[in-house]
Amino acid sequence: MAEILLEAANLDVGYATGWAKPATVVVKNVSLSIGRGEVVGIVGESGSGKTTLGRALLGLVRPLAGTIRFAGTDITRLDEAAMRPLRRRMQMVFQDPMASLNPRHMIARILTAPLRLHGLARTQREALALASQTLDQVGLPLAALQRYPHELSGGQRQRVGIARAVMLKPDFVLADEIVSGLDVSTQAQVLRLIGDLSRDMGLAMAFISHDLSVIRAVCDRVLVMRQGEITEEGACETVFAAPRSPYTRSLIDAIPLPVPDPHWLARLPEAVP
Amino acid sequence: MSAALLSIEHLSAISEREGGASILRDVSLSVAPGEVHGLVGESGAGKSTVARAILGMLPRAVRVTSGAIILSGTELLTLEPKRRRSLLGAHVALIPQDPLSALNPSRRIEAQLTDGLRMWKGCSAAEARRRALALLDEVQMREPERVMRLYPHELSGGMRQRVLIAAAFALEPRLVIADEPTTALDVTVQKQILRLIRDMQLRHDTGALFVTHDLGVVAQICDRVTLLFGGRIMEQGPTADLLLRPQHPYTRALVAASPRYDRPEDGLAPVPEAVMARCRQEIAAFDRGLHG
Ligand SMILES: Nc1ncnc2c1ncn2[C@@H]1O[C@H](COP(=O)(O)OP(=O)(O)O)[C@@H](O)[C@H]1O
Ligand SMILES: Nc1ncnc2c1ncn2[C@@H]1O[C@H](COP(=O)(O)OP(=O)(O)O)[C@@H](O)[C@H]1O
Ligand SMILES: [Mg+2]
Ligand SMILES: [Mg+2]
Repeated sequence: MAEILLEAANLDVGYATGWAKPATVVVKNVSLSIGRGEVVGIVGESGSGKTTLGRALLGLVRPLAGTIRFAGTDITRLDEAAMRPLRRRMQMVFQDPMASLNPRHMIARILTAPLRLHGLARTQREALALASQTLDQVGLPLAALQRYPHELSGGQRQRVGIARAVMLKPDFVLADEIVSGLDVSTQAQVLRLIGDLSRDMGLAMAFISHDLSVIRAVCDRVLVMRQGEITEEGACETVFAAPRSPYTRSLIDAIPLPVPDPHWLARLPEAVP
Repeated sequence: MSAALLSIEHLSAISEREGGASILRDVSLSVAPGEVHGLVGESGAGKSTVARAILGMLPRAVRVTSGAIILSGTELLTLEPKRRRSLLGAHVALIPQDPLSALNPSRRIEAQLTDGLRMWKGCSAAEARRRALALLDEVQMREPERVMRLYPHELSGGMRQRVLIAAAFALEPRLVIADEPTTALDVTVQKQILRLIRDMQLRHDTGALFVTHDLGVVAQICDRVTLLFGGRIMEQGPTADLLLRPQHPYTRALVAASPRYDRPEDGLAPVPEAVMARCRQEIAAFDRGLHG
């Protein structure tokens, strides 16, 4: 296997329920590792803890227990100042690009500001050149620079979100439900783009989705989460061909394929313990 | 089809917001009793506009310019508004995409299920309550007595959608219009909901117009399909024909773009630009025919 880039061991993550009360634990004893250049899917139903786990991996929420190592450094208890040099190397693409792109800024500004902030461009001109290059890489026309987020389609906005993450030349990108809500043709384009970028840039990715068929299309390995725990893990090929957990089986069987099957609707899942 | 429950004939509509741009271009389709007709297409194709036109719920800026919508022999567009409302109220129900926005947040489930029964079916309070409980049971809601006392925010997404299905079938409608009813749900819940809709629909011989952008859902629940692009029908026919033997390149492209966990090397082909160009050409040709 590729050299390990990100590694989590026995993570518990939770949310405070009130002053001096114990936190509700929503991610329980999760261990995982992601190699350089590897795309790992995290799948599970809504509320299973995927987003919480992702935020913990990026050091955005502090785990209650366990450790996270990134490129050899234990980042579990680093403060913001110590995290700063690592921030550029760990990027995130969000589910709703509209909520993560400042509606009052043109795309040019949205893309150049982080380049300047992280010192990847010394002048605005340099930043614009880099931003243009990245737009091209994600398949957007240069004219997009002069647009506001609301002037773009959902798929175009999602590309801007991806451009903003990858232009910083990160080692790791977390993508959280980035194709839910997109049309199938746009979804296909964005997923292809993710595949190309991870291959060309040797990116390691955690790809969160509630949709197993999307995971199958882009990921090398998959982790199946249920109620905060990992119930199954393995190479996509193996997990889809022969899932060990009845829960995984039920998730796969519930995906409607675009091929009429007169028995699909009536087929009941095996009881999941 | 003579036995059609719903028949939409040559429906065209424009958006006054976009300077009179066409948003439906000569759309015709029909739904027979007991049939599920899928209305598919990408966002902006005009699916919801068709659904809203039937229900008389078009946005202010959207205007029907020609065509007819015939429900059990009665043309709706030219019907006097009061009569139209009572006809729709008695015979057509909507299952919307977002159950939370469709339920009144400040009223208990019981009130929301019994209102329609009392208003449209003339049930007494006790009779309405009894029927509401039976319906919750029919949509396989656990502890229906308890659910009746809850407010919408106290239910999960899947439970809310069950309540709306119960509400939709409460009035024994002849036609159910479902506008992306499972888009926001997890796949396992989606499957339960699809099964419920199919069961209820078969049991009551209700016709359904099922709006979705998911060809997987279409394959498993629809008898016939209409595919829209830019408000124009690109292809229409029995589900198996459309999905397995598509005639139009756009249909073929959408099938090829759908993810396939069973054949990962086959899905996810982006729709070729040439296919998009052909769709746009067809629309332009239609508009030219319209204007001169
Ligand atoms: N900021 C928060 N405060 C308290 N509870 C939260 C917060 N975010 C998520 N949760 C809870 O944590 C659990 C897991 O949520 P999440 O990680 O968002 O799951 P997923 O991304 O798989 O849908 C859910 O029960 C959710 O209600
Ligand atoms: N309130 C509105 N006023 C004017 N035009 C609208 C309105 N809502 C939607 N439209 C236009 O109608 C077209 C079809 O929209 P819609 O029927 O919602 O598509 P779909 O449901 O297939 O995504 C779009 O071009 C959209 O811009
Ligand atoms: Mg989430
Ligand atoms: Mg719609």
